[in-house]
Order: sequence, then structure tokens, then C-alpha cells
Amino acid sequence: MPEQVPRLLAVFLTASVALVIARSLLVPDTFGDIGHYRAAATDSVVAHQKKYAGHQECALCHGQIQEMRLAGNHRGVRCEVCHGPAANHVSNPLEVKPPAPQDREFCTLCHEYNASRPTGFPQIDPADHNPHVPCIACHEPHAPEPPGMPGDCSACHGQIARQKAVSHHSAVPCTTCHQTPDEHKVNPRSVRPSKPTERDFCGACHAQERLAGIPQIDLTAHNPAYLCWQCHYPHYPGTS
Amino acid sequence: MQGYIYPNEFELQWSLLIVLYPYITGLVAGAFILASLERVFNVKEVQPTYRLSLLTALAFLLVATLPLLAHLGHPERSYEIFMTPNRQSAMAMFGFVYAWYLMVVLLVEIWFDYRKDMVAWYRDSKGFKRWLYYALTLGSTDISEKALRFDDSAGRWITIIGIPSAFLLHGYVGFIFGSVKANPWWSSVLMPVVFLFSAIVSGIALVLLLYMITTLFRWRPINMACLDKLAQFLFYALVVDFSLEMLDFLHRLYESEESIEILSQMIQSRLFLSLIVLQILLGTVIPLVTLGLFSPGLKRGGFVKVRPEAKQLVYLACAVLIQIGIFSIRWNVVIGGQLFSKSLRGLTVYKVEFLGIEGLAMTLGLLFLPFVILWILVKVLPPWTDQEVGRLAKATG
Amino acid sequence: MSRESKITEQHERSDAVQQLDRRQFLNEMAAACGAATPLLCAFVRLPATQADAYEPTEHYYGMGVDPAKCIGCGRCAAACKIENDVPAEPHFVNTWVERYVIRAGGDVEVDSPNAGIEGFSPLENEQGVLKTFFVPKLCNHCDEAPCVQVCPVGATFMTQDGVVLVDDQYCIGCRYCIQACPYGARYLHPEEHVAAKCTFCYHRLVEGLVPACVEVCPTEARVFGELEGLPTPLNRFIRFNTIQVLKPHLNTKPKVFYANLDGEVR
Repeated sequence: MPEQVPRLLAVFLTASVALVIARSLLVPDTFGDIGHYRAAATDSVVAHQKKYAGHQECALCHGQIQEMRLAGNHRGVRCEVCHGPAANHVSNPLEVKPPAPQDREFCTLCHEYNASRPTGFPQIDPADHNPHVPCIACHEPHAPEPPGMPGDCSACHGQIARQKAVSHHSAVPCTTCHQTPDEHKVNPRSVRPSKPTERDFCGACHAQERLAGIPQIDLTAHNPAYLCWQCHYPHYPGTS
Repeated sequence: MQGYIYPNEFELQWSLLIVLYPYITGLVAGAFILASLERVFNVKEVQPTYRLSLLTALAFLLVATLPLLAHLGHPERSYEIFMTPNRQSAMAMFGFVYAWYLMVVLLVEIWFDYRKDMVAWYRDSKGFKRWLYYALTLGSTDISEKALRFDDSAGRWITIIGIPSAFLLHGYVGFIFGSVKANPWWSSVLMPVVFLFSAIVSGIALVLLLYMITTLFRWRPINMACLDKLAQFLFYALVVDFSLEMLDFLHRLYESEESIEILSQMIQSRLFLSLIVLQILLGTVIPLVTLGLFSPGLKRGGFVKVRPEAKQLVYLACAVLIQIGIFSIRWNVVIGGQLFSKSLRGLTVYKVEFLGIEGLAMTLGLLFLPFVILWILVKVLPPWTDQEVGRLAKATG
Repeated sequence: MSRESKITEQHERSDAVQQLDRRQFLNEMAAACGAATPLLCAFVRLPATQADAYEPTEHYYGMGVDPAKCIGCGRCAAACKIENDVPAEPHFVNTWVERYVIRAGGDVEVDSPNAGIEGFSPLENEQGVLKTFFVPKLCNHCDEAPCVQVCPVGATFMTQDGVVLVDDQYCIGCRYCIQACPYGARYLHPEEHVAAKCTFCYHRLVEGLVPACVEVCPTEARVFGELEGLPTPLNRFIRFNTIQVLKPHLNTKPKVFYANLDGEVR
């Protein structure tokens, strides 16, 4: 054999032995125990601290609220959706208190009208829907119901009702202006509610000097040929 | 950003450094295949570039791993790829392909080829150099007729093994991209082949450049027969490379899969400069036409006959354009494959940073480094055959 | 497998019995103490019942997603960032919500502002909208996971219970897995410099809890559970819905199952 061959082989042998030694030293202990990975790797994943305790934990102390929630429309909305991660509260109930969101912005995350949400999911336009009232003033968050179940008038005249709700006339009930026979609910098209027929009807509020804050006019000088609602829209009478 | 991209796609994962990696390994494979031409297929004309090609391949191969290493999130864990390679992973084979190519092919071939000279240099020199050359010979100092004959035939066999190995090295780099089914820009069975031929193109062009430059600096006349032969091979390789690329392009266009819309958008906007202008026009079509006219590729002596000095300039320009073109190919593959969202609904942008570990400065540094290594290699192991003749004459005289 | 699922059932039953006892006890106390219960509980809280060690071979997990129930509130994406300590910045997420808007004529717009973590503002232009809906996305924990296939060192793997995890002490950060994932579910952790992704909240699973995103989904658009054994909530979901997985042509065999998914989703 030419002398080149054993010399080269010696180099390769050294390299191979070095690799084998390195492998025995450097491959982690649990590598390959289960598959081609470090079996102990799951341990460090499992050791991760949870932040959300899970509603089962909440129920242990807050059983009553839990039962209320499970019976209502928020039965699927677990505690930590609104109150945030509570694992710290569970391990230290007195020191750490989970927040309870009061803002309208929190509820509208789910309930603001959005065309992409599924049909039938309860949604409101926060600009129209009692814009200055916190949601929880009318709706119990643990078992929310629409406060006036589709009311007498708003059941059919929802758009008018919503518009009126944000107008200066929001406090005026429908029946103040419209005489509505019960028969209207059965035969809405043949039996219609009344509309004001006298200028004085509006004048009862708008032509009284003593009612401060309400726009006042002189009924005799202000376009006497027309009824008020022929020019103004009483369900949304201006913004100023 | 334009359209929709998945939230996790805001950042590009593989940066400029990963563009550099296939570019450099391509040069390695190309330079080696050129060297093999002389050895195995007995192309006598390119003999002056034989050793230069080998050293170039070695210099670039030594640097090839650095961009990968610099890009890793945990470079200190890179040894794991040798310890626990995942046999299902294309990338895990990297360690083996690289080690095989470096240790078994390139170093051994260089060793056999230089052994006679190293023994001579060892005997001629004193002090440190003497010990250096002795260590390089591995103590094998027999330069009898018989031993030299063995060197020669061993070298030939190594080269024969080396050609498929060089194909493997760069085809494998193409496979890393071509096998990613999640990415329609990459996922193509042609990818390894396209990579391979573009590698050959870039390797020949690089050696042509280096040969001209080194000869110039050594005040020797350029061997025009060698240069013409190089240009001829460059032309042929370029024809194959361009045909494969066009085949890939047409195939995609004709199949018009669901990704075609976003990919067309990407080519027309984000990749217009690097793909249409740099890769195809400047990097391929112009050199192809020029070499077709000036090189002996299609007609002995070329269609256009000019003085050798002018021809040298033409070849030089072509080689530079081709390097730009091949770098653009790597850019278009690596960066292009990440500019569109896998939702196929949007395009993102890539901003090259200047400093920083994956920045432009680092890239330029890594691109310059092989030339430094080559310079050292050339100092230690002079590849010049003309000089060798002179020195041997002196030694015997 | 039927033997294993029986064992699982037994486990669940005995756990349930224990929990029932505990709940009954506490409820009785609640009745006795009224409003003071929460305060009192602070002192008498029992340690969690996880006496039996977790046995991964007895489980095989998957998830069902019903886009028709998703309201785009983004609570899942927000909770996931908290539960898994995913850095708030930049945008990287383990789970996110996409909004699809399909207009008459076939134009499709998709968006996911900050992964949906702050919810979605109403559509700016409702003109010509044919349909519009939300789709929650996450790692599909594919049975033929391309990310596991390409990892050069074995740092990403599937556990025996079918969850694809990353070994953050072994990952070299080459990001090949991120490239290989067709779903954009992976990212490079900006601080750890290793690949990161959804773990199905593996640390919760071993305690018998559901992933955080499932826990906080107010409309139960996500169903988590066992894929093996017939009578499981997830299998019921799969049985009674027309099921689609994402990018089925890539043959990754996802274990996140979508009910009645629109063809535009990918």
C-alpha cells in the first residue's frame, strides 16, 4: 500500500473518533427516549405558569354568581373573559383582586354592531344606544337581558325608537303624541295611531315662556299655515 | 405592505445572509466542476485554471458556513446538527454533505495534487515554513515515480467522485428551497437543477475573473486559448441555465395555480428590478448574446472577430454581469419567496439593514473574506504552473 | 385505543366525583355564609385535585372551530398573549382572528388589525357586501407537520398526545420550520431567539384545563378535546358539522377542524 493511504486514513480515523466522543458527551440525556427529540423538553413547557385559572376554580368560591351566569344569556361567557386572568387571585384571593370592567368600550368589544358578526348575535350601535349610560346600569352582566323586552312600540318601530333614544325627545313616551288603540297591535295597518293635529299640542311645551331650556317659539308668528311635524321631525328634532 | 399578510409574517425570516449562502456554495460547486473538466474530461486548454479553481472552491467553501452561523438565533448550539441530525430534515443533511465535500473531496484532491510540490517546498525551505509544509504532507514525503503515479490516479478517482458530490452539494441547497411545499415560489422539482446550473455558470465566471485578474497582477500574458475555452463553457452553461429558468417560468405560467396571481404581482412590483432587469436582462440575456457573438461557443473564433485585448474586456464585462445576475437569482429565490404572504393575499417588504449581524456590512465582509483566504492559500500553495516550471528549472539547475 | 379511552373516561369520572364533592361542600357553605363566602374561601381553599400523574399516551388532542359563532371580539388572541407570555410587541401571536369581507362580484378583503386583539371596528364600507365573517386561526398541530419534518436537530416535535411543541433549550434558531409552516403559525421569539408557537396551552392540558383561548371564547366558537374515543365533545362537533381543514391539498393533516368553512379562507 502506498504510504499516502495510511496517513490519510489516520486523519479520517482521528476525525471520526473525535465525532463519536463528541456525540457521547454532547447529546442530551433524554434525547431519543420517545422520538427524535429531548423527552425532557415537555417538562419545561409544562412548568410554564398559567395565568388563567379556569372557571371551575372561580366556581369554588363564587358559586352563586356562577349559577346565575349558567342560567342566563352569558352561560358560555366564562368568568375570566371579563375579569381577566385570575390565577393570581386564586392563589392569593385577598391581596389580588381581578378587575371588573365598567366601561361601555369593554361590552362593545362583543356587542357593537359589526356586519361581520353572525346574524342574530345581540348588537347595538353604541352611538345610538343610550350613549351616556354604562351598560351595567341596565344589564346585569352575569345574566344580561335586553331591559325592555322588545317594547310595545319599539318591537315594530325599532328604528324610530333608536333614533328617539338619542334625541332631545328621548324622555317623551310614544303615547304622549300618539293615541294608540289596542287594536293597532292586532291590525297595525287598518287601525293606525293618531298624530298631533293641533299646533297647540307642541305649543304645550314649546310656547311656554316658563319652561327654561326648551326651545320657544311664537305660535302665531312662526309659519302658522303648517303643523309643526310637517317641517320638523319630532323623533329626532334637531341637535342644538 | 399591501393586501393581507398573516400577523407572524411581518418580519422576514431569512435575510441577506441567506442570500449569500447559496451564492457562495454555488461558486464552490461551479469552480470545482470547472476543475474537474480538466482532470476527468482532459480539456487541456483550461489547465492553467485547474489549481486556481480548486483553491477558489476551498476558499469559498470555508466561508460558506459563516453566513448560516451568523444568522442562527443560537449559533452556539449549531453543533447539534452534527450530534442529533433529524433524518427527515433536508437541512440536517447539511453537516454530512458539507463534511463529505470538504474532507473527502476537496481537501483530499488538493492534497494529492499538491503533494509533490509540498514535498519539494518542504525540502527547499527553512524554519517555520519547513514545518508547515511537512505538516501539510502529513509526513508522506515519498515522491518516487510510483508514488507520484498513485497520486495522479487517486486524484483522478477523487475527482470522479467529486463531480457528483459537487452536484450533490449545490443540488442539495436547491432542494432545501425546492422541497418547501408551503411556499409556491420555492416548491419546484426544478429548483435543485436550476441551482446547479446557475452554480456552474457562476463558478466558471468567477474563475475566469480570477484568472484574468491574477494573471494581470503577475504581469504574465493571458493565455487566450484558455480564456476562449472558459468563455465557451460559460456560454454553454448559460444556455442550459437560461433554458431551465424559462422552463420553470413557463411551467408556472401555464399551470396557473392559485398562487399565480400574487406571484405575478410580486414580479411586477417588488422583484421588477432584481428579476426582470438584473437577473434576466443584465445577468443573462446580454451576456448570452455577447458570448454567443464573441466566444467560440457557436462558431470557431466567434462571429465577431476583435483583437484579443478587446475580447478580454468583453469577457471581463460578461463575467461581472453574470455574477450580478447570479446574485440576483439567489436574492429573488430567497427574498422573493418571503415577500408574499402564504395567505396568497398580500405582499410585504424587506428592508436591508446596514450594520447589525444580518446587515449589508456583514454581507460585504463575508463576501470579501473568501478572497482573503484565497490570497493566503495562493501564498501557501502557489497554483501557477508557469512559475512552477521556472522553480523546478532552478531546483534542477 | 378503546382501552385507553376507557381509562381516560374513568379518570374523568373519578375527577368529576371528587370535584362534585368539593363543590357540594362549598356550596353548602356558601348557603350558610351568604355573601361572606368568597372571603371565607380564602382561608379554607382546598389544594387542587391532581393526584394522578398525567399520562400523555392516554390522550390525543385536537380543536374544533366554528367560524359561524365567532364574533371577532379577539378575546382569544388577547388571552393567549397573556397566558403564554408572548411579547406584546412586535406583532407575533400564537393565535389570531381574521375578518373576511366578500363582495358581490367576488372581491375578497381580509384583515386582522393587531391580530384582532383589540377587536374589530365596524366595516367602513358595507356597500355590496355579499357576506362577511370572522375566522380564528392558530397552529393546526398537523399530524404530518412540515415544521417537525424540517427541523434539522429535533428541536420541534409532536408529543405523544398530539401536540406540536418547540424545545426552546435545544432550538438553534435556523427558522426553517417557520418557512415550512403553510399557516404562518410560527415566529422567532424576539427575546429567546428560538422558534415559538401555539402549544395548545400544554401546561394547562396536563392539569385537565382547556387552552386559554377556549376558556375565554364567549361564544364557544372553539371546541377543545380528545380525538380518540367516540363520545367526546370534539368528535361530536366533527360529526354534526361539515368539516374542513386549512390547505388540505398540502396533506399536512391538521388537527384543527373548521365547521362549514368558506372556500376563500386559507
